[in-house]
Amino acid sequence: MNKRSALLRSMSAVLGTFTLASVLSIPVALAQGQRVLKFVPQADLRILDPITTTAYITRNHGYMIYDTLFATDAKFQVQPQMVDKYELGKDQLTYTFTLREGLKFHDGQPVRSADCIASIERWSKRDALGQKMAEVTESWKAVNDRTFALKLKRPFPLVLEALAKPSSNVPFIMPERIARTDASTNITEAIGSGPFKFVKEEWVPGSKVVYVKNMDYVPRKEAPSWAAGGKVVKVDRVEWIYIPDSATAAAALSAGEVDWWEFFPPDLIPVLARNKSIKVENIDPLGSMGLLRFNFLHPPFNNQKMRQAVLSVVDQNDYILGIAGDPKNGHTCYSYFTCGTPLSSEVGAAPAKGNRDFEKAKQLIHESGYKGEKIVIIDATDAPIVHSQSLLTAELLRKLGLNVEVQAGDWGTLITRRASKEPVEKGGWSIFHTWLVGPDVMSPAVNFAVRGSGEKGWFGWPTDAKIEELRETWFAATDPVASKKAADAVQARAFEFVPYVPTAQFILPTAYRSNLSGVIIAPITLLWNVEKR
Amino acid sequence: MAVVSFVVFSLLYLTPGDPAAIIAGDVATDEDIRRIHARLGLDEPFLVQFGRWLWALLHGDLGTSIFTNLPVTQLIGQRVEPTVALTLCTLVVAIVVAIPLGVIAAAKAGSWLDRAVMSFSVLGFSVPVFVLAYILILTFSVQLDWLPVQGYRNFRDGAWEWLRHLILPSIALGTVYVALIARMTRASMLDVLSQDYIRTAAAKGLAPQQVLIGHALKNAAIPVVTIIGVGIALLISGAIVTETVFALPGIGRLTVDAILRRDYPVIQGVILIFSAVYVLINLAVDLSYVLFDPRIRY
Repeated sequence: MNKRSALLRSMSAVLGTFTLASVLSIPVALAQGQRVLKFVPQADLRILDPITTTAYITRNHGYMIYDTLFATDAKFQVQPQMVDKYELGKDQLTYTFTLREGLKFHDGQPVRSADCIASIERWSKRDALGQKMAEVTESWKAVNDRTFALKLKRPFPLVLEALAKPSSNVPFIMPERIARTDASTNITEAIGSGPFKFVKEEWVPGSKVVYVKNMDYVPRKEAPSWAAGGKVVKVDRVEWIYIPDSATAAAALSAGEVDWWEFFPPDLIPVLARNKSIKVENIDPLGSMGLLRFNFLHPPFNNQKMRQAVLSVVDQNDYILGIAGDPKNGHTCYSYFTCGTPLSSEVGAAPAKGNRDFEKAKQLIHESGYKGEKIVIIDATDAPIVHSQSLLTAELLRKLGLNVEVQAGDWGTLITRRASKEPVEKGGWSIFHTWLVGPDVMSPAVNFAVRGSGEKGWFGWPTDAKIEELRETWFAATDPVASKKAADAVQARAFEFVPYVPTAQFILPTAYRSNLSGVIIAPITLLWNVEKR
Repeated sequence: MAVVSFVVFSLLYLTPGDPAAIIAGDVATDEDIRRIHARLGLDEPFLVQFGRWLWALLHGDLGTSIFTNLPVTQLIGQRVEPTVALTLCTLVVAIVVAIPLGVIAAAKAGSWLDRAVMSFSVLGFSVPVFVLAYILILTFSVQLDWLPVQGYRNFRDGAWEWLRHLILPSIALGTVYVALIARMTRASMLDVLSQDYIRTAAAKGLAPQQVLIGHALKNAAIPVVTIIGVGIALLISGAIVTETVFALPGIGRLTVDAILRRDYPVIQGVILIFSAVYVLINLAVDLSYVLFDPRIRY
């Protein structure tokens, strides 16, 4: 055998091995007649732990596989979910919770009081509202496998609201052995007691996530309302198919290869709306809130007058157009708490409303003693909502005669850079933009951007003892009227202090095939109750 | 490979971006990020981090993804098949179409056929992959409904399903290589066709096809094989765009996603694999010269 034929034989052997390996691999076949919901999510699922991250995609994954003790419904009322009954002692210090019968984790183990306590304790270490509750918690105690008690040091009227928190971080219940994981370490097992089971073997990060119906799940009898009520699963399997390219996702939806595209760029609305087999809808009643955040550590925005100057020229209508493309996909919201929720109001909002007053803004800038310091807006060109806001703000500030520089990068760079407390000459920043979903901004408890807790707080690090004091007053409020009054006071102070500028309330539309029904109207995309004909 | 490892690690260390900030999410505080830094060992000095990574590498461990907590080898393993399949199909499309086109163009040099092939080549070079991809999707998937828009099926799920999902991506990615290989084949063939032994072969009364295929093409093959080898290396990088447009879960997309998230272990693992593949392809190309020219000995 000469060298040439030996080489040919070797090449054939390599090719043959590859083919054989492919053919002999274990087939992943779907059972005949399975109802499969193919869903294109807003982002790729990378992290399975809904406690270590606040990423919305991980929160949505959490809603698929976990359940919660309580849930908030469409009327902003707290409803029991895993809990069958509960009572608050006469001293207002002891809550006793009893779980529903028949709750089981996906590994077949029953849900016990110990699991709930461990899960809530882990959540309390990461979530801001959870931390607040932990401050007043004396103890958690398992009375028996289905009943457990919470003993408080002093009355805390938001216990149920905290346990029913609808958005990140959601107090999901996991098995005790998993919930005992350090709160900064990602859990690696995705086992809950929720309506779907995660199929880890079929998970391809960056491409596909698979869930199957949890046959052991016992839904509540009530109709679904947001994350409350009966979580009745009407498909056998859900596939999250991540399609990074918008045009491809639109084509896939048009061709019927996928059933539902969670969020899509507004410029595609006319294209998708023309297709009679596709429904384009706004299913998020609260939408999201855009925000313009200042750096309080360095000039010029460590000066309140400078922040007030920016507030007085921001026109939310421009930002709605920039972000959502069409006025129909958003509306002005002159409130620090999500418009459409109980605590929203326009108290103190006069500087943010009406005709934009550039002369007044220039006067404020003059009074602030601005000396032409460079203002750096950090931008993320791969995040359209951030990018459009950055460009609009830069234009506004230039109109005011300020020395502005937009420093563009990607989202990964922006969220790294915004952690820098250095001045702009050393890589720091002056302004960044982001957005938060409605439930994350609907009260002083969850709106972390409205706080004044200084360097321990969120990026920008505003320090304002007054706003912190007003927030504490709100926490202590025991009835809805007092709560509203206290929230109004927080907001009035916020419009004076300007921890950030609310830029717009916008709604990202969703699109699904017309053979789907039962889509739940909620600020989180929920996949139970959805039927595919 | 050692140099590549060091350079890649250094570049990542210097690149702005912090996976801890990305993991923590939008709502995180400084303290949250510091805690994640410490957990991932990202707060340690460069040499300590590099030393730890190199030690693990020497033990065959490419590390664990910072985000998914899955081993890098598993993530790469999940993505190998689509990328290999796309590369092979593209290569087949490129070779099957380009070499005959190049041979015909050379045989009919100066004719309208030659000009048509060359015009196609210019077009093939000029149209970006993503534009062609969208045109193919619109025509064959959305309007005609013949082929799927996106996704990948494993070969074990059925050969036809597997092939259907690769046809459009292979054409989109392959067109530029068809253009490249066709031009190279034509140029190489023209050079060989002007040699004395070709004239001799024709004078002996051999059929034109026999002269073209048996004598000219075989002798023109070495530059063509070289360009195919280089093309495979380029294909891997070209696959990134194709995989993104057609939502193929291949290594190209894994790389881009990892870079955007600063998932350092994945980036390092993928680049190491890429460098190894490049080395192997070059070796294979060098070895293949023996098949085409018996005078070459190693």
